[in-house]
Amino acid sequence: MNIHEYQAKRLLHSYGAPVAAGVAVYSVEQAEEWAQKLPGPLYVVKSQIHAGGRGKGKFKELGEDAKGGVRLANSVEEVVENAREMLGNTLVTKQTGPAGKQVNRLYIEDGADIDRELYLSILIDRTTGRPAFVVSTEGGMDIEAVAEKTPDKITTLPIDPAKGMTEADAKKLNRALKLTKQAAKDGLELFPTLYKAFTEKDMSLLEVNPLIVMKDGHLRVLDAKVSFDNNALFRHDDIVELRDVTEEDDKEIEASKHDLAYVALDGNIGCMVNGAGLAMATMDIIKLYGAEPANFLDVGGGASKEKVTAAFKIITADPNVKGILVNIFGGIMRCDVIAEGVVAAVKEVGLEVPLVVRLEGTNVDQGKAIINESGLNVIAADDLDDAAQKIVAAVEGN
Amino acid sequence: MSILINKDTKVLVQGLTGKTGTFHTEQALAYFGTQMVGGIHPKKGGETWTAGEGAGEKAGTELPIFASVAEGKKATGANASVVYVPPAGAAAAIIEAIDAKIPLIICITEGIPVMDMVQVKAKLDKSKSRLIGPNCPGVLTPEECKIGIMPGRIFKKGSVGILSRSGTLTYEAVFQTTNEGLGQSTAVGIGGDPVKGTEFIDMLDLFLDDPETESIIMIGEIGGSAEEDACEWLKEQAANGRKKPMVGFIAGRTAPPGRTMGHAGAVISGGKGGAEDKIKAMEDAGIRVSPSPAQLGKTLVEVLKG
Repeated sequence: MNIHEYQAKRLLHSYGAPVAAGVAVYSVEQAEEWAQKLPGPLYVVKSQIHAGGRGKGKFKELGEDAKGGVRLANSVEEVVENAREMLGNTLVTKQTGPAGKQVNRLYIEDGADIDRELYLSILIDRTTGRPAFVVSTEGGMDIEAVAEKTPDKITTLPIDPAKGMTEADAKKLNRALKLTKQAAKDGLELFPTLYKAFTEKDMSLLEVNPLIVMKDGHLRVLDAKVSFDNNALFRHDDIVELRDVTEEDDKEIEASKHDLAYVALDGNIGCMVNGAGLAMATMDIIKLYGAEPANFLDVGGGASKEKVTAAFKIITADPNVKGILVNIFGGIMRCDVIAEGVVAAVKEVGLEVPLVVRLEGTNVDQGKAIINESGLNVIAADDLDDAAQKIVAAVEGN
Repeated sequence: MSILINKDTKVLVQGLTGKTGTFHTEQALAYFGTQMVGGIHPKKGGETWTAGEGAGEKAGTELPIFASVAEGKKATGANASVVYVPPAGAAAAIIEAIDAKIPLIICITEGIPVMDMVQVKAKLDKSKSRLIGPNCPGVLTPEECKIGIMPGRIFKKGSVGILSRSGTLTYEAVFQTTNEGLGQSTAVGIGGDPVKGTEFIDMLDLFLDDPETESIIMIGEIGGSAEEDACEWLKEQAANGRKKPMVGFIAGRTAPPGRTMGHAGAVISGGKGGAEDKIKAMEDAGIRVSPSPAQLGKTLVEVLKG
């Protein structure tokens, strides 16, 4: 689960991390009212969407020359002017895809006098199975580009979870970031603070880009991106409250209500599969035969008839879907349950596109019999290759 | 021979009394009489669990429930445990098994918080226990022992070692090698989480050592770099003359970056973990990569023909 920048900063601030004074607003009126309470004279107006690259992003509704999703303002009047241009419009960044995301919230922040911009993140290092800091003196830019061009400028420091973060660890980060004097003192406090927030709140990513050294020598968290481990949300009610469903795909929200793993994609062949690996492989094979998948959908190991019906409805509700491929290898999942769910769903919502079903594994014969006796117009397939070829042909035939 | 488990493996079940634990323990008993020796429940120590009809001929089998893993191990001589405990308590269950010095722990549970697994891994590194999973289908040695949730019916005793991050793709590989008449030595699902007990390398090492395993199918997916690491290791082994014919598959060529694809560990992040790099690493290590998950068995037959 992702949260907005302003929420991330509030959370980090509650742990003691230094952030600028700022306010989140939903309207031009609020922007005017609240900006007056900030010290000034420099303000930053930042679009709050769940995607990076906002500064370089472009608003769809504004001209090519219009400024991006993060803007500087030298007066409250300029704040208001910018807020009027940004709110309600659609910001397209390299992470949003061409559709972009509507900006419904702005974060207005006190400006900072920047001396140096640094990069810092904490994530789980999969090789060591430990939380790790990734830091670089090259902040404020795309870290993937830094990793590619100058990998020597990136330092990775795994932390021993049994000991927690030590002063020696913090000093290593200070050296890697070339922090001295006041900034180094701030670092010894900030790094353990961030580590504590990361581990206590079950974050999967905490990225501060940039972390800045200000002209007065102090460190400040200038931008913050935080994602949480979905598997740990059950023990963080405070974090769940920060969820902004307007940032999520409607179909994905519906799927999550039924505990289905679903990811919306751009193609036209809907897929319903059991198992994450097989679901990915099914997408791949559709592509291999020249078409594009409309979604990833894993119904899971022990899906009920109701869950299968819900999954089928989510797929058919997508107007881009021109054909459906059901691919089941029943281990725990019984083929007859899948078949019953599909038949029930089709009876309820109808079927206007070709449907190919491949069933294999537990109770396969009962499953096939249910499909055959339903009188539905279903194309049966023997294996995954056969199924993919049949659905691609059926969709192209339309 | 086989790897990890055989007919002599004695298994304790952590989470036996729940619905999932009961169902799969019955299935395990029904599978060539896998030696399930007891269950663990902190509040039900001293009670007895009875297998239902799911256990087939073994229906009515009674298993003792122990209050702790240590007690269960002492009483039964168990050398393996399987964990079906729900996510919130699963890490504690694994740690209890590590503390009781159980040599092989297999965790099926999906949805354990990563930070809990970080703590488990730190503990595991200092112990002699081996953990398979979590979020995995388990391990099965045909006609001897079944631990976890794999469907026993599709297996056949044979020569192919199967190793995978995905459950259902393991079944595809098993089913196809059965249909080709090759059969399996052992199938291992290492699980789809980002932090797990065992990576590919440890299992490849065992398969290379096992005389009954004549060839290997390795199935990876997007996310992390475990496949690349394993391929580097395989190259080093091959340079020392240690190698077996292998077929590979990587799921997720079409997955978009930044999106988690069902498995918590299946995500391309920061430009890393994409399928193409992994496929290339496999090819460089001499593994024949099947373009389709439906061709794993046939591709292996071709490789074996030479």
